[in-house]
Amino acid sequence: MKKDIILAGVGGQGIISIASIIGYAALQEKMFLKQSEVHGMSQRGGDVMSNLRISHDEIASDLIPYGQADLIISVEPLESLRYLGYLSPEQGWLVTNTTPFNNIPNYPDLGNVMAEINKLPRHIALDADTLAKEAGSAKSANIVILGAASPFLGLGYEKFEDAIRFIFRTKGDEVIEKNLAALKLGREFADRNI
Amino acid sequence: MAKKLLLLGDEAIALGALDAGLSGIYAYPGTPSTEITEYVQHSKAAKEKNIHCTWSTNEKTAMEAALGMSYAGKRAMVCMKHVGLNVAADPFINSAITGANGGLIVVSADDPSMHSSQNEQDSRFYGKFALVPIFEPSSQQEAYDMVHYGFNFSEKYKTPVLLRITTRMAHSRSGVVRIECRDQNPLQMPGDLRQFVLLPGIAKKRYKNLLNTQMHFIEESENSPFNSYTDGPDKSMGILVSGIALNYLMENFPDRKVPYPVLKIGQYPMPRKLVEKLFAECGEVLILEDGYPMIEELIRGYIPGGKKIRGRFDGTIPRTGELNPNILAVALGLTDTKGLPVPDLVVNRPPQLCSGCPHIDSYKALNEVLAALPKGRVFSDIGCYTLGALAPYEAINSCVDMGASITMAKGAADAGLIPSVAVIGDSTFTHSGITGLLDAVNDKSPVTVLILDNATTAMTGGQDSAGTGRLEDICKALGVEENHIRVIKPLKKYHEENVKIIQEELDYHGVSVIIPRRECIVAIDKRMRQKFK
Repeated sequence: MKKDIILAGVGGQGIISIASIIGYAALQEKMFLKQSEVHGMSQRGGDVMSNLRISHDEIASDLIPYGQADLIISVEPLESLRYLGYLSPEQGWLVTNTTPFNNIPNYPDLGNVMAEINKLPRHIALDADTLAKEAGSAKSANIVILGAASPFLGLGYEKFEDAIRFIFRTKGDEVIEKNLAALKLGREFADRNI
Repeated sequence: MAKKLLLLGDEAIALGALDAGLSGIYAYPGTPSTEITEYVQHSKAAKEKNIHCTWSTNEKTAMEAALGMSYAGKRAMVCMKHVGLNVAADPFINSAITGANGGLIVVSADDPSMHSSQNEQDSRFYGKFALVPIFEPSSQQEAYDMVHYGFNFSEKYKTPVLLRITTRMAHSRSGVVRIECRDQNPLQMPGDLRQFVLLPGIAKKRYKNLLNTQMHFIEESENSPFNSYTDGPDKSMGILVSGIALNYLMENFPDRKVPYPVLKIGQYPMPRKLVEKLFAECGEVLILEDGYPMIEELIRGYIPGGKKIRGRFDGTIPRTGELNPNILAVALGLTDTKGLPVPDLVVNRPPQLCSGCPHIDSYKALNEVLAALPKGRVFSDIGCYTLGALAPYEAINSCVDMGASITMAKGAADAGLIPSVAVIGDSTFTHSGITGLLDAVNDKSPVTVLILDNATTAMTGGQDSAGTGRLEDICKALGVEENHIRVIKPLKKYHEENVKIIQEELDYHGVSVIIPRRECIVAIDKRMRQKFK
């Protein structure tokens, strides 16, 4: 099994946390992993993306070739479209938050952004911010998105639960429970909308 | 199977150094090199072993301190981003002449495609210039292994070695297996106490010695585990590939079998015999290297016989920017892959100053004062505040190198551009601004210097700043008149007062320093989170 994943968002939205959780789950399955991160200047409110590759066979490139990604996971709708050049036209899925992060004066009309997302044959678009609040933690929108992406990652759902328990182990039971609830709400949305 | 650790390239280098018996790491923060030193700073083992790991004031002081530790017989590593090696170039080039005593590794992290830098210079040229061996990893595992190997090499030949990485290697995670840890070196003086005295008479001998050692370096490269020749059935083309470009090459062959002979380079100087073999056996040669076409230039220069060489110079590979699997697919004549088109409505989202950032209030006040004057008189520097060049502030007119704001403002003032303004951060000021300010004081140049003091090195993630709490004293000691050192608080509610103070100092025909002081909001946030964890 091999999954090539593009993670997208705006600096500070927590895409590295998503990568850490998927990465931990993949390593527990004895998979190989390569993950290219963004540090430095672009973290200051600019667009950020990360290449995450997991595979049972050894991985060559740190970067995913264009048109080869199985999945784009985005915590922001405009950012979900920025990396379509990486998505496999035959089988790629796009999973995105619908809540915009509007920190630029020329942010396009949200209706037009959503229209572009809805044109894609395989996509899941959900209001992760609202669902995160329902789960009890407004900060967990990224985990809601991970939940919605979990059916496409080739790993059992419980692997992500285990990974969340591990990654947040120092933050206390309450934080873990809220994140597990966020993961579940995201997953349930995806299951209803695939 | 040994346990694999998931590490960034930077972290693999740091762990490699700790396991290889490092005694001290010296660095000034700079993307993409920062995490090497931070890994050592956060390491419990490093703390227990009392490994030196505090930040240096700049790359030159870091390089010199590392050389001093090597002089005393211990293993030292110095880390910087590529442009940092410009700052450290003087001690770096001369360290090749003095040679090392304890193992000395210089890590320079290049940034092809300029993800977070002002150029994409290739540090391998510095290694070649200094005549020292260069190591260039193709994987995080190699990065780890090369540190151990590099320290041994350095101690065997009493030479500093350069470890060159790129952003993709620095900031990409992969599995790394550790080897056994070894102890630090004991304190041990150099065998020859005049080794480090570069008086001409001694330096001439040492330089000859360095030149004579080059043939051994080449032999080492020819037998290095990091350089390998893999045969292939199709001899119409040979591939010469260095560093991380190997991964992009392999990505294009799903079974990992390249049909052409491949010479992989991870250690320089170039393994001449292997290069000659590749040229003897193959019809033409494709050269793949991330960064400048350094190998390509070298090969085009010295291989006679007019074989076709393909690479960045003939357009097979773009002349600028980092490599990726698709660029290589095209170069190899394979089918390129494409995803879906990106809709036209996707606009750029450039980085910007954080909401609540003190620099915003500083720029608003400065802009208001300067509105009455013709534009183009604000010289700035390297840091978060460089983002003040973008809308809506458009407040600065230069960003060249660390410290250049003050000296460029002085030069422009010398030319008659009065008033002329410098905007520099606190950490950049101590890095390379102090000497420039002394020049301005000595010449009584009419410049107004704003030292934006957010009490941290913010752009690279909030490292300690060398002059925190002492900026006024430093300026005073340099000779800036006390009544022209003004501290202001960059907050909206003090806007009118700040405008007035900046105006007063612009009107003063001499050196003024204004220090807008308010802690970086990201640093406050981090501090609070740690406090209430």
